[in-house]
Amino acid sequence: MLHRFANPTRFLRLANAVLPWATSLTVILIGAGLYFAFGASPADYQQGETVRIMYVHVPSAWMAMFAYAFIAVASAVGLIWKHPVAHVCALAAAPIGACFTVICLTTGSLWGKPMWGTWWVWDARLTSVLVLFFLYLGFIALANAFDDAARGEKASAILALVGAVNLPIIKFSVDWWNTLHQPASVTKIGMPAVHSSMLIPLLLMAVGFTMLFVVLVIVRARAELADRRINALRSARIHAETAQSGA
Amino acid sequence: MNGFFALVGRDTRIALRQLSDTMMVIVFFVIAAALFPFGVGPEPNLLARMAPGILWVTALLAAMLSFDRLFQNDYDDGTLELLVIAPQPLWMTALAKIVAHWLTTGLPLLVASPVIGIMLILEPSSYGVLMLAMALGTAIISLVGALGAALSLGSRRSGVLLSLLVLPLVIPVLIFGAGAVDAVIGGFAATQQLLILGGLLMACLVVCPWGCAVALRLAAE
Repeated sequence: MLHRFANPTRFLRLANAVLPWATSLTVILIGAGLYFAFGASPADYQQGETVRIMYVHVPSAWMAMFAYAFIAVASAVGLIWKHPVAHVCALAAAPIGACFTVICLTTGSLWGKPMWGTWWVWDARLTSVLVLFFLYLGFIALANAFDDAARGEKASAILALVGAVNLPIIKFSVDWWNTLHQPASVTKIGMPAVHSSMLIPLLLMAVGFTMLFVVLVIVRARAELADRRINALRSARIHAETAQSGA
Repeated sequence: MNGFFALVGRDTRIALRQLSDTMMVIVFFVIAAALFPFGVGPEPNLLARMAPGILWVTALLAAMLSFDRLFQNDYDDGTLELLVIAPQPLWMTALAKIVAHWLTTGLPLLVASPVIGIMLILEPSSYGVLMLAMALGTAIISLVGALGAALSLGSRRSGVLLSLLVLPLVIPVLIFGAGAVDAVIGGFAATQQLLILGGLLMACLVVCPWGCAVALRLAAE
């Protein structure tokens, strides 16, 4: 099953078939989600209108983690089965995941200012997401640091696997550190059981964001494969020309 | 095993003959730590409170300076290719180089840290735990840093890249290392933190030499 899609042409055929569906689902789901989030859902009795930030913040936090898991799995597949398309997908997903992390951090701090009275606290969850962002940056930087692209994608795949092993450890240690250094001075607002009027837009947005991720990964992977094809064709032509002029 | 000890001996000898490289790391450690009193003021209570954190952060940054030479010279002159095709398992070769790195960087940092502790008015009762935690922590830093160095070998701007790769991964070491010292100062036992550091060291001993070996093979291709 996996090996079928090691062939870029076959992968592209599948990707092109999926893309229109995923795109329309993204538009519908995020459109409906935004409508519910900004129009049809009630303001929170405690947080007021700022609760609406959550509809972007929470799905992007999920996506930030999901994208890293996706990269780790794709990297493992790429390393173990020497699967070229898996590496392309991992590289395509990295900047998208990093963007979701930034969105999560930014919306979180926008929400934190009116709610907690500060843009940033060294809360365990915020700190873990920040570290996740650093891991994304390292992965992207390593993938682009080599003149030989194949070297970069394999090295960054190893890094992604090590990072995936390390991520739960970092999460645990940050939780520990937080309880050690910061006795609950910042009251985290206890999430009451989420009412369905808020849960529905949240889930719509979450699925919509996932579809958006699929669309962006396909578009970026397609561009990367096209880029490699152009490079291959170009070097083939140069070889042909030098062979001709030599003869 | 002979090859292992031969390689440790060779790398240690090379580092000792280029002593200025090793000393540079220690000098950086001392200077960077000495900058903090200028930044935050010389008040003894404040310094004593911040001392464990300053020690760990500056030791970590100083160690970062030493990783680019871990594999780079062997990579440049072709020794690395011979090591890769040698009959000895590559993870063992990587482990030998890591041990040599710890002996020539981790150990000097360990020796220098009580001196900086005195300068920063660290609580006298915490030196034992500080040394123990540092011994475990610098070993983990050597292991993870070697992995980063092997991965970024032959890349552009490998120095900056290395910090970007390694620093997020060693955050747990910083937390538990400084936490152990803080615990002793606060009057608690540091057993938990030390045990976790030991566990991290065991995990790194399994993962990092293997990762190094894969990365080195990649670099030598």
